[in-house]
Amino acid sequence: MATATPEATVDKAALLEFLLRTGDNALVLGHRVSEWCGHSPVLEEDIALANTALDLIGQTQLWLGLAGEVGGRGRTADDLAYLRDGYEFRNLLLVERPNGDFGKTLMRQFLFDAWHYLLLKALKGSTDRRIAEIAEKAFKEVAYHLERSRDLIIRLGDGTAESHRRMQEALADLWPYTGEMFVGDASDAALAEAGVVPSPESLKAGWDEIVADALAEATLKRPADGYMHKGGRRGVHTEHLGYILSELQFLQRAYPGATW
Amino acid sequence: MYAQMVKTDSTRLRSLDEMDPVERAFQERVDAGQKIEPKEWMPEGYRKTLVRQISQHAHSEIVGQLPEGNWITRAPTLERKAILLAKVQDEAGHGLYLYCAAETLGVSRDELYEQLHSGKAKYSSIFNYPTLTWADIGAIGWLVDGAAIMNQVPLQRCSYGPYSRAMIRICKEESFHQRQGYDILMKMVKGTPAQKAMVQDALNRWWWPSLMMFGPSDDASVHSAQSMAWKIKQNSNDELRQKFVDQTVPQAKYLGLTVPDPDLTWNEEKGGYDFGQPDWEEFFNVIAGNGPCNAERLEARRKAWNDGAWFRDGLTAHAEKMAERRAAAKIAAE
Amino acid sequence: MSSEWPLWEVFIRGQHGLNHRHVGSLHAPDAEMAINNARDVYTRRNEGVSIWVVKSADITASAPSDKGPLFDPSNSKVYRHPTFFDIPDEVGHM
Repeated sequence: MATATPEATVDKAALLEFLLRTGDNALVLGHRVSEWCGHSPVLEEDIALANTALDLIGQTQLWLGLAGEVGGRGRTADDLAYLRDGYEFRNLLLVERPNGDFGKTLMRQFLFDAWHYLLLKALKGSTDRRIAEIAEKAFKEVAYHLERSRDLIIRLGDGTAESHRRMQEALADLWPYTGEMFVGDASDAALAEAGVVPSPESLKAGWDEIVADALAEATLKRPADGYMHKGGRRGVHTEHLGYILSELQFLQRAYPGATW
Repeated sequence: MYAQMVKTDSTRLRSLDEMDPVERAFQERVDAGQKIEPKEWMPEGYRKTLVRQISQHAHSEIVGQLPEGNWITRAPTLERKAILLAKVQDEAGHGLYLYCAAETLGVSRDELYEQLHSGKAKYSSIFNYPTLTWADIGAIGWLVDGAAIMNQVPLQRCSYGPYSRAMIRICKEESFHQRQGYDILMKMVKGTPAQKAMVQDALNRWWWPSLMMFGPSDDASVHSAQSMAWKIKQNSNDELRQKFVDQTVPQAKYLGLTVPDPDLTWNEEKGGYDFGQPDWEEFFNVIAGNGPCNAERLEARRKAWNDGAWFRDGLTAHAEKMAERRAAAKIAAE
Repeated sequence: MSSEWPLWEVFIRGQHGLNHRHVGSLHAPDAEMAINNARDVYTRRNEGVSIWVVKSADITASAPSDKGPLFDPSNSKVYRHPTFFDIPDEVGHM
């Protein structure tokens, strides 16, 4: 990354875009993971998964809180989470994929964690002090998420014939949603240039390595890189996001202006 | 309560003189306030009663995740969402501690699940009521956790060591649960008329089921007397219910709410409230499986368990493979 | 029904250089997962703690103080695990 650049010189719109993307990933994945609470295959996992969801909700508050500050329109993290419509959300399509079975949830978590881990690791060195501080905290949490999801997909891949089959299917289903993580646009390029964030493309090699290692240990076959779905990062989502938002935002929308 | 109407197998309470020396020594230790630990001698009735009570309590915790879990994805702010998720997660933890305490009595968690899923084991009647609005989440914390705490605080002194220690841990972790519920309601009654109406509606629906949590009067129950002699129950159902009403009514007033009981009056002489009786016919119906959500709750638990079988088996198979590989590597190295 | 994950006893070192102390038990397919589960269940993410896990079945306990006949589980489970050890506070501060 480039050496220290004053925060003021960075394009505010690009910075806001990045903060929304990062915050929305945490928000939407946290929402999905929290859907498991009370329904997991075993109590110990129910508790562990809730910890992951709690971390992600906490990260959402930090990223969207900063987005509110940067946006300069007096919006809070809650305003951003609860009062934007789908086209204003900037999360990856991967995190809005339905939970499916527990294996699919874990595979989605692993594919995301591996990327999230590398992103936060790079962000710890951001030239924007506020971003570096949030990344410092979130990185510790996500390092553990990755350790856990990696461990579980290895165990299930190399478990019974059925668990292997389910994990391979989950991988095939989710793979076309991984490409979006590594495709940057002009705003990414501007921020990367200023040393605020890593360029999405720069995370690809590290991610490939983490994923290849884990899949080999899991005896799972890496799918071919075919067509990759894109759109979430610029607000073009799958139909699933609308349903997530209709639950998430129900009270704020039904009772405008009420405090809770 | 989280454990309601626990049977003891006793037909009458026996005096120390009627007991054989071993049982008498046991009862004297209990009377002296000593803890009974897993490997020590205990009457079979004591063991069985504890298994029933602790497992009912554990089942209540995990079934209890469902009505509140129902609102995690719809919580109105990020902070409320995190608090609610942490609370429901605590309930899973409390279920886990309690299953472990039951396991010290020679029964496995899988066996206890089997009893729950087959409908043989009971759990608290309260969790068969639906959570229809966000105010219900506040009402559950305030009333349901409030009622549970009434029972759980004395249970920390229970004679069975593992149960007592589980309760100490649970009470410590649960201290924020009731407050978070009340906090939700305080915010809402200061809000819009619609929010306030939502809170009153929640109180109307949850008041009587909360009073039912303590179970019907057990002053004449031999099971209750036996449980008290064994110190696995500390107070009568009516005592706890009275305490709950006395504590809760002023809290309702503070919120500006009306308790839905026309018979509720302050009794200066006894220094407590007089109040009406819950509909016990409804209570027995809910216990028998006819509550508004019994079928859904059990189905959700069964589904979680059955859908997760491949996951649990997959991890078992992997652990076995790894153990074999380690053993093979060790032999190869020698 | 498939086989249940074994039960593990969990010991945790508090944050102030104390001895490991028994905190409870849990189920896990092997030791590594028992450690992870212990972290999630019993430390609720406190950093800087150290965790020990041991299979409940591998614990040898002293005979109970009372000389009466040992309680025998009616379903004749082969293992009995001394879960929730009562360790006095002063022991932890040794």
